[in-house]
Amino acid sequence: MALLEVNNLCIQFGGLRAVDDFNLTIEKGELYGLIGPNGAGKTTVFNLLTGVYRPNEGIIRLDGEDITGHRTTEINRDGIARTFQNIRLFADMPVIDNVRAALGGQYHYSLFESLFHVGKYKATEQAMTERAMSLLAVFHLDQYAEVMASNLPYGQQRKLEIARAMATNPKLLLLDEPAAGMNPNETAELMDTIELIRDKFDITILLIEHDMKLVSGICEKLTVLNFGRVLAQGETKAVLSDPEVVKAYLGES
Amino acid sequence: MSFLTSFVNGLSLGSIYAIIALGYTMVYGIAKMLNFAHGDFIMVGSYIIFTFVSTLGLHPAVGVLVSIVLCTLLGVGTERIAYRPLRQAASPLAVLITAIGVSYLLENLALLIFGADTKSFTSIIPWSGITLAGGALRIQGVTIVTIALSVAILIALQFFVHRTKSGQAMLAVAQDKGAATLMGIDVNKTISLTFAIGSALAAVAGALLCSAYPSLTPYTGAMPGIKAFVAAVLGGIGSIPGAMIGGLVLGIVEILSRTYISSQLSDAIVFGILVVVLLVKPTGLLGKITQEKV
Amino acid sequence: MSNTNQTAASAAPASILKAAEGKRRRNDLITFGIVIVVYAILEILMKTGLLSSHLKGLLVPMAYYAVVAVALNLCVGILGELSLGHAGFMCIGAFSSALFSQIFQNSMPAAPRFFLAFVIGVAVSALFGFLIGIPVLRLNGDYLAIVTLAFGEIIKNILNALYLGLDSRGFHASLQNVMALGLEPDGTVLVNGAMGITGTPHDSNFTIAIIVLLLSLLVVRNFIGSGQGRAVMSIRDNRIAAESIGINITKFKMTAFTISAAIAGAAGVLFSHNISTLQASSQYFGYNVSIMILVYVVLGGIGSIRGSVIAASVLYLLPELLRGLNKYRMLIYSIVLIVVMLINWAPKAVAKRDELLAGFRSGRKRKV
Repeated sequence: MALLEVNNLCIQFGGLRAVDDFNLTIEKGELYGLIGPNGAGKTTVFNLLTGVYRPNEGIIRLDGEDITGHRTTEINRDGIARTFQNIRLFADMPVIDNVRAALGGQYHYSLFESLFHVGKYKATEQAMTERAMSLLAVFHLDQYAEVMASNLPYGQQRKLEIARAMATNPKLLLLDEPAAGMNPNETAELMDTIELIRDKFDITILLIEHDMKLVSGICEKLTVLNFGRVLAQGETKAVLSDPEVVKAYLGES
Repeated sequence: MSFLTSFVNGLSLGSIYAIIALGYTMVYGIAKMLNFAHGDFIMVGSYIIFTFVSTLGLHPAVGVLVSIVLCTLLGVGTERIAYRPLRQAASPLAVLITAIGVSYLLENLALLIFGADTKSFTSIIPWSGITLAGGALRIQGVTIVTIALSVAILIALQFFVHRTKSGQAMLAVAQDKGAATLMGIDVNKTISLTFAIGSALAAVAGALLCSAYPSLTPYTGAMPGIKAFVAAVLGGIGSIPGAMIGGLVLGIVEILSRTYISSQLSDAIVFGILVVVLLVKPTGLLGKITQEKV
Repeated sequence: MSNTNQTAASAAPASILKAAEGKRRRNDLITFGIVIVVYAILEILMKTGLLSSHLKGLLVPMAYYAVVAVALNLCVGILGELSLGHAGFMCIGAFSSALFSQIFQNSMPAAPRFFLAFVIGVAVSALFGFLIGIPVLRLNGDYLAIVTLAFGEIIKNILNALYLGLDSRGFHASLQNVMALGLEPDGTVLVNGAMGITGTPHDSNFTIAIIVLLLSLLVVRNFIGSGQGRAVMSIRDNRIAAESIGINITKFKMTAFTISAAIAGAAGVLFSHNISTLQASSQYFGYNVSIMILVYVVLGGIGSIRGSVIAASVLYLLPELLRGLNKYRMLIYSIVLIVVMLINWAPKAVAKRDELLAGFRSGRKRKV
């Protein structure tokens, strides 16, 4: 059974069909790329998958369960986590608290315990902190644990966003242009990190990216979106050499 | 008191709220700041008229004119000195607190100059009004003038904003200061103009308010200021017709509930209306909904 | 920047956490220390009779305004929502607790009575905070602010028009007048409309007020350092991202708002048990009071609970201490307020100040 199965997804804004008849199947453990020119509807697909928008038509299944129409908060609990094209960190909180906030769903204590720091508070916080630190270490962010998120350099901010998403223990991770604004060195490092987390956490990844080097370097399969519709789908190599794709995506030359 | 009389009184009070709210909503919509001192501009304008008419014995028209000019200068000057430096401040609360400071300052200056005692304000409209329906409905002159003036101001503002270059500039600044600058619009000048119009309207409102309710203290403007802001929110912040409708609804509800329910609870009812409207329509009656892009 | 990165990178992650924890501890120690030391000094001054009776009368109000400021800072600084209705919650705490104390005035010893009154005042304010929070927290920004102001005024107005009596047949309430209560001859009027509640026992004093202040400081600080608090701050920083990591926005906003209302209610309990006639007047519970508290919070530093306490205390006492200047004191106060805001917040002034500070620091370094 596929991890993510999307059938006939449609959304309309006014008269515009931003995403139309979108189908996608991602198997467990895959590293999948979603590409297409600007305005093709890639981020809209992410917003549909994470419940920011409700589709007009279509079904989204995660691990066999129908999650269509679930709200963003629920969808995260269903097992999808994401990052954002324009980084959305908790800017006025330290790095570690960005991750601890995301761990909140897994470590509970009562309001009374939190107001008076009694009972399970101490043990739970300690466990949460250890978990957060080990997660940060994966991204080499642990040395910045107490730095304000807004003071991190750009590349590290992108990594922190991934770490935060990973903290919610997702089955499927959506990365929206993770390499945007990075220099080639940072991009290469990011590629390693993405492959590392896929293997280490046994997770499935769907990413939007413009950097062709990154896409062809790590994605096993691709879907190309153009004007809200699927233009091509399949193995990365085959898709990238499809003349239709070359024409639409890379422009006629 | 007959229902009709109450209703007309409500319309009159509502028109005053509307005139204040028009100024409030423009300043808020364009400068994106809650000018807490706006209500106090009303009070300042009224004291100016009081001084010129009651103390110096000049013609009311002169008093009103001087009041409008001085209030305009006060509004523009306040913006220049106290608000503009904080426009880019790290927290939007900074300018709000400064506005509160300006409000305290004006109230206490008035207290120092005129004292805490209530001044009885002579109506600037000597016309006694008309009697309708065989004496059943008497409408005071000030009521008629107030209602007519508010409608005229509404039409003039609508024309100004939508048909003149300066008005278009205001709309542009309201939408996006950065883009407006790129289009060659002088944002500072536009905001100054907005403050000028808002403060002039406050002076007009002060003259009408104190003619209808002739007791003047340093705190006269505070509550009408708050209520006018409520009216602006009720109608949808930034919307000129919205401010008018909001003001009228508020005035009518206030007077009717004071007459028929309880004078103690009328303010509670007025504020209750705001709560109910915002629950049904979180951006007010004529406000537009904007959604954050993800 | 590369400099700080290197120093950070050279330290072991565990020690970074420890250092930060230590810094937080020291900070708490300073906050609580300031309150306790100031309290001790004032107590000594009082015992030795060095404090005028006028000043003595200001101490409890100073403490309860500090408590409301802490409450409002939780709402403005941590939750990130501007409330202009906290005087209303204070009003509810004051009235509900005073009502209890009045009913049990002669049938209970003072200490347990005040304790229960305190619990009731806090609980009722929390309840109202919760109920008002349901509609209010659906709104944003200035809309939210004006609706909280509206609720504060509604509370004040209704309490001003409320008549409540108790006789052998039970409680009677009216929004008209005393006569409408229809009390039996043995009945007593508990809440007399705009005249309010008279004769509430004087159960609060400076010591109790300071204990309540310390308690509210502790609760807010603990909340900030808890999972719930982090959820609230993450919503403040970025609601959409908070949703994306599974945080229930409504639940946590409600939690913070309710706690904030409850603490404001605690201040109200101190208020009503320190005054002989409790009236829901604008002077004590109008929107002006909410605004005054907001001024404390902003000048003290949004999000800094220590700042709130210091600003509330100093700014409350300042106009009172300026009584010698009598007519000019509020004028001076307002000018100071405007000037302080301009100096502290105007980007140009901030840049100038940073420049001067940087110059000062580097100058000092060179000497060493």
